[in-house]
Amino acid sequence: MRAKAKPEAEAVTAEMTGAEVLIHSLKKENVEVLFGYPGGAVLPIYDALYRSPIKHILSKHEQGSIHAAEGYARVSGKPGVVIATSGPGATNLVTGITDAMMDSLPLVIFTGQVASTVIGTDAFQEADIMGITAPITKHNYQVRDVQDLPRIIKEAFHIATTGRPGPVLVDIPKDVANKTISPDYDSTIHLPGYQPTFSPNILQIKKLADAVGQAKKPVILAGAGILHANAGKELLTFTEKHKIPVVNTLLGLGSYPGQHPLFLGMGGMHGTYTANMALYECDLLISIGARFDDRLTGNLAHFAKNAVVAHIDVDPAEIGKNVPTQIPIVSDAREALRKLVDVDSETPDTEEWRNQLTENSKNYPLWKKTNTGEFLPQQVVELVHEYTKGDAIITTDVGQHQMWAAQYYAFTDANRWVTSGGLGTMGFGFPAAVGAQLAFPDQTVVALTGDGGFQMTLQELSTLQELNLPVKVVIMNNHTLGMVRQWQEAFYEERYSHSLLPVQPDFVKLGEAYGIKSYKVETQEEARVVFEEAFSHRDPVLIDCRVSGKENVYPMIAPGKGLHQMIGVKP
Amino acid sequence: MKRIVTATVINQSGVLNRITGLMTKRQFNIESITVGHTETEGVSKMTFVVNVDGDGKIEQLIKQLNKQIDVLKVSDITDQAIVVRELALIKVISNAQIRSEISGIIEPFRASIIDVSRESITVQVTGDSEKIEAIIDLLRPYGIKEMVRTGITAFPRGSQKSVTDIKQYSILN
Repeated sequence: MRAKAKPEAEAVTAEMTGAEVLIHSLKKENVEVLFGYPGGAVLPIYDALYRSPIKHILSKHEQGSIHAAEGYARVSGKPGVVIATSGPGATNLVTGITDAMMDSLPLVIFTGQVASTVIGTDAFQEADIMGITAPITKHNYQVRDVQDLPRIIKEAFHIATTGRPGPVLVDIPKDVANKTISPDYDSTIHLPGYQPTFSPNILQIKKLADAVGQAKKPVILAGAGILHANAGKELLTFTEKHKIPVVNTLLGLGSYPGQHPLFLGMGGMHGTYTANMALYECDLLISIGARFDDRLTGNLAHFAKNAVVAHIDVDPAEIGKNVPTQIPIVSDAREALRKLVDVDSETPDTEEWRNQLTENSKNYPLWKKTNTGEFLPQQVVELVHEYTKGDAIITTDVGQHQMWAAQYYAFTDANRWVTSGGLGTMGFGFPAAVGAQLAFPDQTVVALTGDGGFQMTLQELSTLQELNLPVKVVIMNNHTLGMVRQWQEAFYEERYSHSLLPVQPDFVKLGEAYGIKSYKVETQEEARVVFEEAFSHRDPVLIDCRVSGKENVYPMIAPGKGLHQMIGVKP
Repeated sequence: MKRIVTATVINQSGVLNRITGLMTKRQFNIESITVGHTETEGVSKMTFVVNVDGDGKIEQLIKQLNKQIDVLKVSDITDQAIVVRELALIKVISNAQIRSEISGIIEPFRASIIDVSRESITVQVTGDSEKIEAIIDLLRPYGIKEMVRTGITAFPRGSQKSVTDIKQYSILN
């Protein structure tokens, strides 16, 4: 029986508990969905939620909540909001918070805390979440006085979503949530130490425009900053105006049309030969919203060593961190690109350079052995691409399946690609798909996952069942921890230490146990039949694709090597 | 190389934790750190002495500190004309006979004796780090029982213009 609902406090001057203030503030921030899990210290908050129209998604583990919030934030651009209880609830979020910090995803996380009076006494379910999350959040707050709550929530959303986005945590002791006050929602944000730069210095823009005019071999490295700034259109305009080729980072995929003649593919450890050689040989490198991760640059001594480096980033700390930069531009990516398009500048003659790159693409395309008759993991990605017409939201974990998805899905649009890039989190993809589906209920969302990663967060099948979300779970099942196995083969003389998974659950029965239509496919032909069916309806599906366990991701740059030292460039 | 970095911060709980945690994460070695209130209520100033490998590292440190929400301003003041002070308390083994001898040694340093017992005296000295090193060297032969140093606190001089030889004002070069 539902208890008689208390009328919602409409007048903001009315007396409210801290928990009610929180819910009211969330409404003011236009939060439509919460990802959470209840517990002792958040009982007051969940009680306030009981009377609220805000949708709450109950995951089966707090890690499921936070990865779902990340998926939601990644595709929608809106902040993902998470609630967890104190102690274990909060510590279960730590992987997701770190993941969001590394990949610059806007999250606002509310954790319960034991009552103020017992903080510091090792009370039941007490954890020092402020100390634990200090290095993995953009900022964190502990609410000491309930009167500060409206201001803190405003600040938390502001910090999470502006500048370089990131996770902000608000820790709320139980007594603060219970205390009744007359809230002051008019209190304004006061952050004198936080003034992110939005517009570029015009002199630096002119300097870059001059460099573009003089370049013979320019290349643009486009990262996730393009997506965060919604700058895809401006990037296209700028590159087409000056005929500058584009390389994407892993997280930047989708920021540039995958089939465009100026697009060279993804760069880095498993990037295309053309992309990596372009980064290696260029004389002008314009990095926009990318942070020169070691998986992208390879050995820094060989990275773009003959190039003038220009770096556009909203976070000044990223400029010059790994790669010496001659033209630093602190700015929002879209603002900088708009100014770059507007400023008078010569168009360089890049024809020879582009011909050279086209030649590379022709001679060194991505390849796979197709004559063995085996069902290859790359073919799974190609089939997903075919049956979703290249327009699905794809989520992944980390490892081989992630790289194959990045190589073979050929993303053409922004915000279709949800992957754990910086932290490389196994178990990320499936719950992230839940969040992405909630952001776009009508989109096709595919959780492309491995048999290892899926088993880390598969409990969220229960969430799919409960919400009947039409997420398509495609397990690229090679009975191994593929990337670990690949490295053991390449660098540890085939000593496959704990990377082979011959014993597995029956994934079909497992899916069925959660009431989800589940299939096993062992050949491409079987896969076609099942995919045809699976992508024709709006129900959740699980497909266990039994693929070859011996495939390696190529091409590859071995650790410590430069971008020009790729192996496996040709069969 | 040693650098003196000051950070003006909003006096929130946890700000010191965030800053020292950041330095640990990015592998900066803190030689000393002092924190105290400033002329503005709710604003504190931290002075660090850090040991870094190169200019790139110190630039990265300043940028990372600036990213912290509660940090208002960060400066590397090593190469500026600055006022630098540190305080040390030194407990020296001393009986009645040599008390006056020690008193004579510390007098030119304008240090003072702030505690006396049967076996020891405690000397308080303020100044730049070189001066403190010098007095410690002179007192060491008598036997230093216990010593604490605050680490330096510093800010730029009122006028930078009149300085011709920066070196004489900077302790760390």
